[in-house]
Amino acid sequence: MTAELTRIATGAPGTSSTSGTGWNHQDILDLDDFSVAEIEIVLALADRMREVLDRRIARVPALRGYTIVNLFFEPSTRTRASFELAGKVLGADVLSVTASTSSVTKGESLIDTVRTLRAMRTDAIIMRHSMSGAPYLAAEHTDASIINAGDGAHAHPTQALLDLYTMRSRVGDLRGKRVVMVGDISHSRVARSDMWGLAAMGADVVVCGPPTLLPRGLRASDRPAHAESAMPPVTIETDIDRALDGADVVMALRLQSERQDSGLLPSLHEYSQLYQVTQERLARAKPNHLLMHPGPKNEGIEIAGTVAAGRNSIIEEQVTNGVAVRMALLYLLSGRTESPGGAPGGMPGGEIRS
Amino acid sequence: MTTLAIHNGRVIDPALGRDGIADVVIVDGRIARVGPNEGDMVVEAERIDATGLIVTPGFIDLHTHLREPGFEHKETIATGTLAAARGGYTTVCAMPNTQPPLDSRAAVESVLREAENSAVVRVLPIGTITRGRAGKELAPAGELASAGVVALSDDGDAVADPSLMRHALEYSTRFGLPVAQHCEDPALVRDGQMHEGWVATRLGLRGRPASAEETFVARDIALAELAGAHLHICHVSTAGSVALIAAARARGARVTAEVTPHHLTLTHEEVAFTADYRTAHYQTNAKVNPPLREEADLAALAIALRDGVIDCIATDHAPHSVGDKEIEFDIASPGLTMLETSFGLCMRLVHDGRLSLPALVERLTIGPARAWGLDARPGLEGIGTLAPGALGDVALLDPNAEWTVDPSTFASKGKNTPLGGRQLRGRVVATIFGGRLVHETDRVVAL
Repeated sequence: MTAELTRIATGAPGTSSTSGTGWNHQDILDLDDFSVAEIEIVLALADRMREVLDRRIARVPALRGYTIVNLFFEPSTRTRASFELAGKVLGADVLSVTASTSSVTKGESLIDTVRTLRAMRTDAIIMRHSMSGAPYLAAEHTDASIINAGDGAHAHPTQALLDLYTMRSRVGDLRGKRVVMVGDISHSRVARSDMWGLAAMGADVVVCGPPTLLPRGLRASDRPAHAESAMPPVTIETDIDRALDGADVVMALRLQSERQDSGLLPSLHEYSQLYQVTQERLARAKPNHLLMHPGPKNEGIEIAGTVAAGRNSIIEEQVTNGVAVRMALLYLLSGRTESPGGAPGGMPGGEIRS
Repeated sequence: MTTLAIHNGRVIDPALGRDGIADVVIVDGRIARVGPNEGDMVVEAERIDATGLIVTPGFIDLHTHLREPGFEHKETIATGTLAAARGGYTTVCAMPNTQPPLDSRAAVESVLREAENSAVVRVLPIGTITRGRAGKELAPAGELASAGVVALSDDGDAVADPSLMRHALEYSTRFGLPVAQHCEDPALVRDGQMHEGWVATRLGLRGRPASAEETFVARDIALAELAGAHLHICHVSTAGSVALIAAARARGARVTAEVTPHHLTLTHEEVAFTADYRTAHYQTNAKVNPPLREEADLAALAIALRDGVIDCIATDHAPHSVGDKEIEFDIASPGLTMLETSFGLCMRLVHDGRLSLPALVERLTIGPARAWGLDARPGLEGIGTLAPGALGDVALLDPNAEWTVDPSTFASKGKNTPLGGRQLRGRVVATIFGGRLVHETDRVVAL
């Protein structure tokens, strides 16, 4: 078991699960540069981590001496808590820093901040930022691992991986499964990262929203021929009933009230009339469909309360799985494959059996 | 009497329709004679062998940001004009978005004084359209005209208020000054970071739609026709704008236009990709306003330049410090440094067979001179030509020399180019300003 986990975790050649292609990431910035094999490595390890997490005393010393800083430039409760717990379960030292973006405009540069944290021997920096691409800038200027915990409207790769893990644990192979995302696609970093992950796993992705909340360039015909594969393939719908038809998975996305103020929507009321995921509308989806939401939810706006709490909802499971997936990612980034310095109990696999 | 003789180059002087092997003789800073073997007739002279090189009038840039006064950490008149000389430019028109902006006689005169002291080539200042570039009230165009500005522009920002723009155009006719507008509707671009299209969507960056430019091009053409004024469209970047300008010119409207080397040759993909489409990055050195567009736009711009719908190439040289660019994309300063790569980049069109070399030279020399009537200004007679009596401004070019762009060697303080490490084919070998060598490479052979 331990040896197998080592292979899964490191992607050592010759293992069946990785087909000779290994884990190759110093940072986790988005899923666009993840191979299918790498996604499989994460999902397989997340399974083991989920076992650890479900134990009565969920605590192993796998990442003892590993220092993680949560660097959040934007408020967040769930993602931040999820990472903090993931690190703590694995025995890492976790520090949370709430940085304000106003310090950036005061001339305190992101590069400085990241370099300072690295100088304090931080191993991994988990970063949330309101500006797209900020984690890329950080990653260019430090050899600490950068994990993107959400950047602007760009990406949220750990959310996408936990979504994939949750879907996989329920429906198995995602090839040919119809996954429908409904809502504010334009401003959604979750939707962007999910598109990459789902496309890699062979799902049929449908995005649905009002025309003002669908970004340009999603259609392959909006791109030149040489850039056909530069975006994941998706189907675009503005009619929710057509989108939900035959859906295996339905994901409602959070709608922020400021979209009304900026003239993208006439009113939240009209939005909920046209795009709310309701029990009635879900009748068009497959009977055993999965209902997901990346949170935080606005019940009564993008999703009906009864649906969120209904029997197809796996929203809470997403949250639990989020911790397991983040444990897997932290462990993979640490590069640890055996007990550091011969200390006992370095491997989570060993702990699982004990 | 000082004499400089340039021997045996291929002289391309589009204004005079000359294209052939000839010598150029400059006496006391002015063109004296141009013709085969003319140099041999001169007894005593400094001599340059231009065999195998192209000899043209010095380039003229209608759109340069020299940053002085106020932003000397980005560029100074000294470093910016040295960069110009390296790029074959002997005349640069300095944009007024300095601190203070060039909205008064005192500010314009301070630039002219500093240019007198430290400039390597000729600096022609541009005044603002509105006071403080704030877009609220007209700057004193009469005062600016008498101080010596060659055009009016709030470049960097558009004059958004249509009524104020109308009045600016009307008022400018009294002084014969072109009004050069940065056409992008601020309400449509909001806090857009790059061209609105699939690359912006992939990167999660807010877009600046092509229509934000085109609606202002259309609006300002209509206002210019109403006012009977000369409108100059800065850095045209979309196929839609080209169509609007072509139609306006066909009606006889006084509309001139420029295009930058980067809008002619680089697409929005520069922002995100280097080698493959698998991994994206955020290249702030490709962030510029208006943004780099799509292939169809580039094609339309090249045709418009060839056909003369666009009068000239202007660099929009916009130097920034490392600190202005090595930050989050949303707060990185827009613009790229261009004077030193302009010719090599534009030569792509010639090597591709989309533009003849004489046409390119035209768009870099007499094209901009005529667009703004610079050749009619006292003291600038013959600018953009090698006519006898004209200013002794000459560029020596090797159209086939290959070189690798290394920003660390730029004379400009701005190293902000997406072209670092790229190979360009076409190089400025030497630049002569007023009969004096202000830039020379080791390719220059004295006789």
